[in-house]
Amino acid sequence: MARILIIGEHDGQTLNPATAKTVRGAAGLGVDDLDVVLFGTELADVAAQAAALAGVSRVLTVTGEDFAHPLAARIAPEIAAMAGDYSHILTGSTTLGKDLLPRAAALIGVNQVSDIMEVIDARTFKRPIYAGNAIVTVQVPEGGPVVGTIRTASFSAASEGGSAEIVAVDAQADDPGHTRFVRMEGGNSDGPDLNSADIVVSGGRALGSADNFAVIYSLAKKLNAAVGASRAAVDAGYVPNELQVGQTGKIIAPDLYFAIGISGAIQHLTGIKDAGTIVAINKDAEAPIFEIADIGLVGDLFQIVPELEQAL
Amino acid sequence: MKILVTIKRVVDYNVRVRVKSDGSGVETDGVKMSINPFDEIALEEALRIKERGEAEEVVVVSIGGPEVQQQLRTGLAMGADRAIHVETDQPVQPLTAARVFLKLAETEQPGIVFMGKQAIDDDCNQTGQMLAALWGRPQATFASKVELADGKATVTREVDAGLEINEVDLPAVMTSDLRLNEPRFVKLPDIMKAKRKPLETKALSDLGIEPAADLVATAFEPPPKRGGGKMVGSVAELVTELKNKGLL
Repeated sequence: MARILIIGEHDGQTLNPATAKTVRGAAGLGVDDLDVVLFGTELADVAAQAAALAGVSRVLTVTGEDFAHPLAARIAPEIAAMAGDYSHILTGSTTLGKDLLPRAAALIGVNQVSDIMEVIDARTFKRPIYAGNAIVTVQVPEGGPVVGTIRTASFSAASEGGSAEIVAVDAQADDPGHTRFVRMEGGNSDGPDLNSADIVVSGGRALGSADNFAVIYSLAKKLNAAVGASRAAVDAGYVPNELQVGQTGKIIAPDLYFAIGISGAIQHLTGIKDAGTIVAINKDAEAPIFEIADIGLVGDLFQIVPELEQAL
Repeated sequence: MKILVTIKRVVDYNVRVRVKSDGSGVETDGVKMSINPFDEIALEEALRIKERGEAEEVVVVSIGGPEVQQQLRTGLAMGADRAIHVETDQPVQPLTAARVFLKLAETEQPGIVFMGKQAIDDDCNQTGQMLAALWGRPQATFASKVELADGKATVTREVDAGLEINEVDLPAVMTSDLRLNEPRFVKLPDIMKAKRKPLETKALSDLGIEPAADLVATAFEPPPKRGGGKMVGSVAELVTELKNKGLL
């Protein structure tokens, strides 16, 4: 009997694709009931989107000013209070999920399974360790619910066509008051979202400067792609941190991935190994990126990229 | 104010980890061990806070066998004032680790517990959040900038959408992200000096902690390999390949 609670993620207008992927990830558990809970101030739109996901039984909405921004210290006690009704509590392995769910797991009194990439049975999962250099199979002991984050790059989004009931429920905990949202910076790119884009164009250290990254943005625009970057390019200050793809950045699975001027450090490869097709463009024919790329082209990126953009 | 920094001994980040051929674990015999890089960043930040005059003492703590004292000594050489070794011969998972750190937080009364956002061996990314929950205190995870004033911290956090700035009351748990700082190199005289700094050992079994039910690892395997693909010689060939695959 799997009774599943998924914590939905949203920005007030749109349900984060991580939630639909988490619903799909849960499908392998042998679902009896699957509830999605949403916290926020105005939830009608995102609740409707969650209710339309195939496989969702109910959408629970918890509304209040406390939830204007998703703070782990505020939401985790709510999850813990709901936990008794569920066999599984899941959310996407986004920065929000990573921040929130361990806090809830500790209040419930169980260890968490981080980054579930495969469901073997209701209490057995595969997850990556050592930056993806090994995969471990773990069993969750009896005596409490399974609490886990779903590695979103490992699952496609649940399809639409559901018509779940939307139920408003009351908050059960109080705002501890010790943690306050101040503001967001960055994140104002106008292209598709890096986490869910079908095509991603990433640049690395070989770009050499923030100005030179213009060739990456230009190609991305032509392809309606999101822009990504290696850790080296972010550390060098060419692009903001939220564009970083890799073990310590975003782990993504686009249909088509361009690695341009990226040598292919293991921590970067960990972030892209679920991509459909990987194209590598690099002047160094010995770069490790070519060992995993589906299509490789050796040469000067500053000639190749504009030429490619022309040819599209 | 006192800052408690947690340190985990892990396989050095430069080591290419391999799964044992019988699938019973990963090869750790004879490989170089180091302070978890995120913990090193956490320690560096704690030391900088102290050097700015905003903290009086930095205490490093680690859980494990006698070998973790090497990493604690490295922490002392970086500049920590003293070390606590919580000794156990069993591997410790995040919830039990959080319960250990809670005990230490209760006795040491730090203003900040600074931790790495995740350990690069199990990649769990849980222990800081769990400690904050059990302690009933704020958490500022994935920190790339920390400013302290009036018993509060303003912390810039690296999140999927960009940078999120939160304000938390102290005491609080903070976890470091990569771009918080670049840790200092340890100098030889500091290594000598570190040998005389206090290092206290407590048995985990004496702390009165209820061990959490651990996840059971049943198998290890190498990741599925992506085969190398084909090389093309020109942009025109590249475009043809992509069209053949239906991607353009």
